[in-house]
Amino acid sequence: MLMAAAACGGSDDTATTGASAGGSSAPASQVKVGLAYDIGGRGDGSFNDAAAAGLDKAVAELKVDKKELEATAGETDAQKEERLRLLASGGYNPVIAVGFAYSGAVAKVAKEFPDVKFAIVDDDAAKGDNITNLMFAEEQGSFLVGVAAALKTKKDNIGFVGGVDVPLIHKFEAGFEAGAKAVKPDIKIQTKYLTQPPDFSGFGDPAKGKTAAQGMYDAGADVVYQAAGGSGAGVFEAAKDANAMAIGVDSDQAALPAYADFKDVIITSMIKKVDVAVFDFLKKYIDGSVTSGPSVYDLKAGGVDYSTTGGKIDDITSKIDEYKQKIINGEITVPTS
Amino acid sequence: MSGRTSEYGGFLDRMLGRVRLGGWLAVAAPVIAVVFAVLITSVVLLAAGKDPVEAFTTLADYGTQPRSMALILNTGVMYYISALAVAVGFRMNLFNIGVDGQYRLAAVVAAGLGGAAVVPGVLNLVLVVVVAVLVGALWSAIAGLLRVYRGVSEVISTIMLNAIATGFGSWLVTEHLGVLTGNDLGTRPIPDDAHMPGIPLIAGSPVLVNGFIVVAVLLGIAYWVVLNRTRFGFELRATGKSESAAVASGVSVKKMIIVTMVMSGAVAGLIGMPELLGASYKYSNNFPAGLGFTGIAIALLGRNSPVGMAVGALLWSFLDNSSNQLQLLDISKEIVQIMQGVVVLSVIVAYELVHRYRLVAEQRRVSRELAAPQQAPKAEAAA
Repeated sequence: MLMAAAACGGSDDTATTGASAGGSSAPASQVKVGLAYDIGGRGDGSFNDAAAAGLDKAVAELKVDKKELEATAGETDAQKEERLRLLASGGYNPVIAVGFAYSGAVAKVAKEFPDVKFAIVDDDAAKGDNITNLMFAEEQGSFLVGVAAALKTKKDNIGFVGGVDVPLIHKFEAGFEAGAKAVKPDIKIQTKYLTQPPDFSGFGDPAKGKTAAQGMYDAGADVVYQAAGGSGAGVFEAAKDANAMAIGVDSDQAALPAYADFKDVIITSMIKKVDVAVFDFLKKYIDGSVTSGPSVYDLKAGGVDYSTTGGKIDDITSKIDEYKQKIINGEITVPTS
Repeated sequence: MSGRTSEYGGFLDRMLGRVRLGGWLAVAAPVIAVVFAVLITSVVLLAAGKDPVEAFTTLADYGTQPRSMALILNTGVMYYISALAVAVGFRMNLFNIGVDGQYRLAAVVAAGLGGAAVVPGVLNLVLVVVVAVLVGALWSAIAGLLRVYRGVSEVISTIMLNAIATGFGSWLVTEHLGVLTGNDLGTRPIPDDAHMPGIPLIAGSPVLVNGFIVVAVLLGIAYWVVLNRTRFGFELRATGKSESAAVASGVSVKKMIIVTMVMSGAVAGLIGMPELLGASYKYSNNFPAGLGFTGIAIALLGRNSPVGMAVGALLWSFLDNSSNQLQLLDISKEIVQIMQGVVVLSVIVAYELVHRYRLVAEQRRVSRELAAPQQAPKAEAAA
């Protein structure tokens, strides 16, 4: 491991993976990363893709090998365990599980492979000496875009579209609401979840997102925040039709080529840096400094933030940053539900 | 086609296995189907630039390891019960698309009750199972009643009831039964003394086989006995083949529809039990969904025969479980869905081809016999 760390110390971007394969460094020192995605996998334009981006960066900069496995809709915990077991027994170390759905599976498989380091994104229930929990303060980032929405609305009427009615998305809603009310206590907030579990289609159905957002704009809202994964595209579409504003989630969506058509209506995005968390974890693994237990990515750690691409909120960033500072200082505690 | 009301039935009858093939034809159809499915999958793999031989070798290797065999059985048990629930309806022309909602709602209510542990030990296990069966049956009965008294197609009503079951189940978990663990919301875990014990059925496998395999086998036998050896089963099959003929022979079709929907729902209630009582011990956001739809595919694959569906369930489960192995070879996991789809279509096409072959052969035989009478007197004279 130390050899690998030394080898990548220069962090030379021109040296590609092909070079490392044929290079003089001993193959035994090569770090093989196993990553298990949640349903949707690489290419979901949201949360799995963010994890993939972190992994890709590690492949390019830290010269690790990777193996990615995807989940199937409707599978059991036993099948999730088997996926992790397959990676761990196949010599992949560390193993990263993306999504809280892997909670039980990671807890169980990590015990069977004490020498393998595991990381799980969005879950702090799986505990063990070799488990790192990559947690995000989604409510803090959502608070800031709530502030932005309240400052930008002309009708004092805003909306929140959640993909699926699960506790994780409740954190986005709670933060958004608290942020908006911190600015305008009497603001009207419309809320809608697209589907109820175990129907997880709300994270991947733009038509549902469009209908919900359209309803909110028709009912008087002029800014809608979406935490709905792939359904978010529909929210942006509705915003464009209504000539209104929308707020993105997870990545800086106004800067994504996939959403180029909607970049004029996306005033900001709540950024959740899963890619940074994944990359950090891998870097720590190579440095030998992985710690077990929760690693919290909040505003203070730069794990969540808001984006300014497009310059739509340049006039209010100083106000948003005031709130940001207050949250970092601990003057404001953002509710999670 | 529709005019052909002989023993060969219509296309639907043949597809749902209500017409049986005899002799070597019964063997030919599945063999043709498997060969056909392997060929198409190979073409898809080649088109994707992968080596089909390597893929099939990996699959064969995976399927023969003791550990994977146990896993395949465990998933297969749920698939098989689901297929049985669907097949009960299929045999009398009832399309219970609502198996999915029925088992999920049954699992939510049963899990909530089991987690509350109102009775101790094995009694709790029995209570959970009984409640699941009741909830599944009642939920399915709604569609039966709507069909009988309001003429609502059960296809439409069960699809709608699926959506309602999702909302209702979610409300129960969120508002009443749910406990938050990390980011997952689920019912209180069922205490250890009410767990279904596993069976060390496969030598050399560290994974135990789910105890519900016994229940699944018994259900399969019961399905065969009830349909083929009881008056009820006869009436059910008769109604399925021809409703008017059944009415003429004194069968109450209304009663049959309700009873069949209730039975289908009762079996559906059991689908989630292997997972609930043998693996997860709680109903959470992570509980497997969509098993009811898998059951429809397997019922078609197994042509509603108890043995055929068992083979189908194991094949389906084998393919699902091998998806990780294929991904290790950098073969996209979607190939599994392609294979599953191709297998179902191949079976339908192969059986239809064999049925038509038999039909043509039968027509030739009849026309030969019709042509025969001219020679008949001579034959008699000779005798």
